[in-house]
Amino acid sequence: MGNTLYIDGRPVEFTDEKNVLEVVRLAGIELPTFCYHSELSVYGACRMCVVEVDGMGIVGACSTPPRDGMVVRTNTPRVRNIRRMALELLLANHDRECTTCTKSGQCKLQDLSNRFGIKHVRFGGRDETLALDLSSPSIVRDPNKCILCGDCVRVCREIQGIGVLDFAHRGSKAQVTPAFGKGLEEVDCVSCGQCAAVCPTAALTIKNETDIAWAALNDPGKVVIAQIAPAVRVAIGEMFGAKPGEINLGKLVSALRLLGFDKVFDTSFTADLTIMEETNEFVERFKKSEKLPQFTSCCPAWVKYVEQFHPELLDNLSSCRSPQGMFGALVKNHLAKEMNIDPKDIFFISIMPCTAKKFEAKRPEFSSGDTPEVDLVLTTQEIGNMIKEAGIDFANLDVEALDMPFGFTSGAGVIFGSSGGVAEASLRAAAEIISGEEIDAVDFKQTRGLTGLKEAEVEISGAKLKIAVVNGLKNAKDLIAKIQSGEVHYDLIEVMACPGGCIGGAGQPTPNDTTTREQRMKGLYEADKLQQLRKSQQNPIVQKLYSQWLGEPGSDIAHENLHTTYQSRRRIKGQNITLSETGEEKLYVGVCVGTSCYLKGSYDTMQQLRELIAAEDLADKVSIEATFCFENCAGAPSVKIGDEIINASSFKPQELVALIKNKLALV
Amino acid sequence: MANTTVPKAQRSFEKVNEIVRKYEAKESMLIPILQEVQEEYRYLPEEILTYIATALDISPATVYGVATFYAQFSLNPKGKYVINVCDGTACHVRGSSPILEAIRRKVGLAAGKITTDDLGFTVQTVSCLGACGLAPAVVINDKVYGQVTEEAIELIIDQLKQKEAEGDN
Repeated sequence: MGNTLYIDGRPVEFTDEKNVLEVVRLAGIELPTFCYHSELSVYGACRMCVVEVDGMGIVGACSTPPRDGMVVRTNTPRVRNIRRMALELLLANHDRECTTCTKSGQCKLQDLSNRFGIKHVRFGGRDETLALDLSSPSIVRDPNKCILCGDCVRVCREIQGIGVLDFAHRGSKAQVTPAFGKGLEEVDCVSCGQCAAVCPTAALTIKNETDIAWAALNDPGKVVIAQIAPAVRVAIGEMFGAKPGEINLGKLVSALRLLGFDKVFDTSFTADLTIMEETNEFVERFKKSEKLPQFTSCCPAWVKYVEQFHPELLDNLSSCRSPQGMFGALVKNHLAKEMNIDPKDIFFISIMPCTAKKFEAKRPEFSSGDTPEVDLVLTTQEIGNMIKEAGIDFANLDVEALDMPFGFTSGAGVIFGSSGGVAEASLRAAAEIISGEEIDAVDFKQTRGLTGLKEAEVEISGAKLKIAVVNGLKNAKDLIAKIQSGEVHYDLIEVMACPGGCIGGAGQPTPNDTTTREQRMKGLYEADKLQQLRKSQQNPIVQKLYSQWLGEPGSDIAHENLHTTYQSRRRIKGQNITLSETGEEKLYVGVCVGTSCYLKGSYDTMQQLRELIAAEDLADKVSIEATFCFENCAGAPSVKIGDEIINASSFKPQELVALIKNKLALV
Repeated sequence: MANTTVPKAQRSFEKVNEIVRKYEAKESMLIPILQEVQEEYRYLPEEILTYIATALDISPATVYGVATFYAQFSLNPKGKYVINVCDGTACHVRGSSPILEAIRRKVGLAAGKITTDDLGFTVQTVSCLGACGLAPAVVINDKVYGQVTEEAIELIIDQLKQKEAEGDN
């Protein structure tokens, strides 16, 4: 009782809504916003959601908690004026080349300017044009289109726990930028693209590579092959008026054939293959109790996150390539032979919900020589735009079947696109491998849903498996902290960087919000139910691939083609600076004080070394310097003696001094 | 300032740790940490900022944001002598512009630069020193010079240069 707001004269009941904005929207009034996202903290900067409240005057609805009896007016001349003025000022500072803008038609600034009838901007434009940041393989940053709403800053900090972007400079010079004004490629960006997904304008967009695809499709010398990721099928229809979650794989296949693709395969097939390899790897580790918890390695943003922030966990990552990576090797190293064509004549395009896959495809680990195994990654949005550009009436297309053999998948491979799907698919296999019996109950529902951290305990033949499923890297960061402090223990952990998993990937159509994600997730589990085969190990094509090519899971051929290695990466690229003076003929001893080494106590190591060297009276022969990141983070703390990098964790300071003395004798 | 055993730059790095530790690596102490570090280096080097971010468990972009927000912080090396020429209303009408030009000419600054290549001098303007009675006013490091003329400031710079030359011997 007694929880009523009066909105524009009508009483509206509220319960636990955090702010007036939510209640207003509940009442069916779409208050405009740039900087409000229900999943993020409230920022209150854009002034679009201002309302008049009796007794309070003009307030931001997003940052005002609802109170019983509050009288709220959402459409008075005063608030309309404020909104229009704010819009006009934003437009004055904005690059208004709308017709050639990638975001045209989906831009919130454009949308609200239309809605509020801004036909003329009275103020002069910006006096300088800032450079575009084209360094990232996935994301383009155009500071000239930024309206400083800070959505990207908060999504990166609060959902991904990284904080690649923040506000810098001030006043008219204020910008949202990576550290030191560097390019996204030079800092700790994992390419997840969630910043671009929340950006209301084209300040952050996904790199558009459709021209490369058109060139390949128009090249008669190329056999163009596509793989379609699981999450694409439940989202592509949204670009053509369908509801989120509607499965449109059949129509997408016809559209791709019309565009000129020669073969269309399903990434769910290599997801099945991933399950064979990854589960086998997990069961081995579980039996030997080593390298646990095993982390999944399907998500390239997560993999890069581990490489940058947790090199000590690189061994815990499954060595399996992602399904995209496996497909690259399968097509270029196996299918090419079967089809009797030169791999160089194949142009292999991935259609992904993901922006980080663009980065992954460019990793040197996934190239043979200098040719990448996956030639190009297009997002759901990019392929949708190509279909539009070709004038294909997607909604009225007939459905077509995928090409064989790699169009055949199990339900386990399909749910890979959802947070919890990889863990569930893995359990469907692990349960049979461990127990040695066929199982009928294939649904492991504890791992499903949008929750950031899900846990499950499964008992198989007396063995208890503890499983955690996380989405959002901030949740992964918190979980790792708990594991490392010994507070919790798990055997298998699935991590996906994007909220809800791949279905919420930044390459998916907009809107890409919680409601949409829920529906897409539901769609994927429906698709799983419709498959005759639900378990990866039942996939007859996968079985055939093992008998004809790979041998068995974990074999040498499988390792060569389906597994990979990881590298530690430094967070911020830049010039090394020397923090002490180097004597002419002194032996150089560098102690790394980069992130990983610092956290492992390298500073103390350096101090001890200094004291010991001084005590040995070698101070004039040895120069001990603090330096940044030798990119040997797994062996942190790292010490470089002369040209040699040493993992100092396995040596006592006295032993390091002995090594230094050894080196001195040689010098 | 004499320290005979440890070279200057090496002492500086120890100092960064000392400063961070003094403020218990608290995020809320970022500004005083940056102030003291800048005192030590005369500017805020990129990698030191990353190092501070790591120690305080915040993102380097956030540290960069704070360091660029405040005019007192510099991300470029500053000269040994920082000359602030007041260009507030009072100083401006009493002729601060020709004095600024005279200083730039005297220390040999190319157009568009604020610091000499040898890191000897940094020349910049400030809005108001609150010393309008002394207009035009110039501050060199922490010392205030009032009612400055072109001739006077040239003399002062000559003295500083001479001091440096002697100090080097």
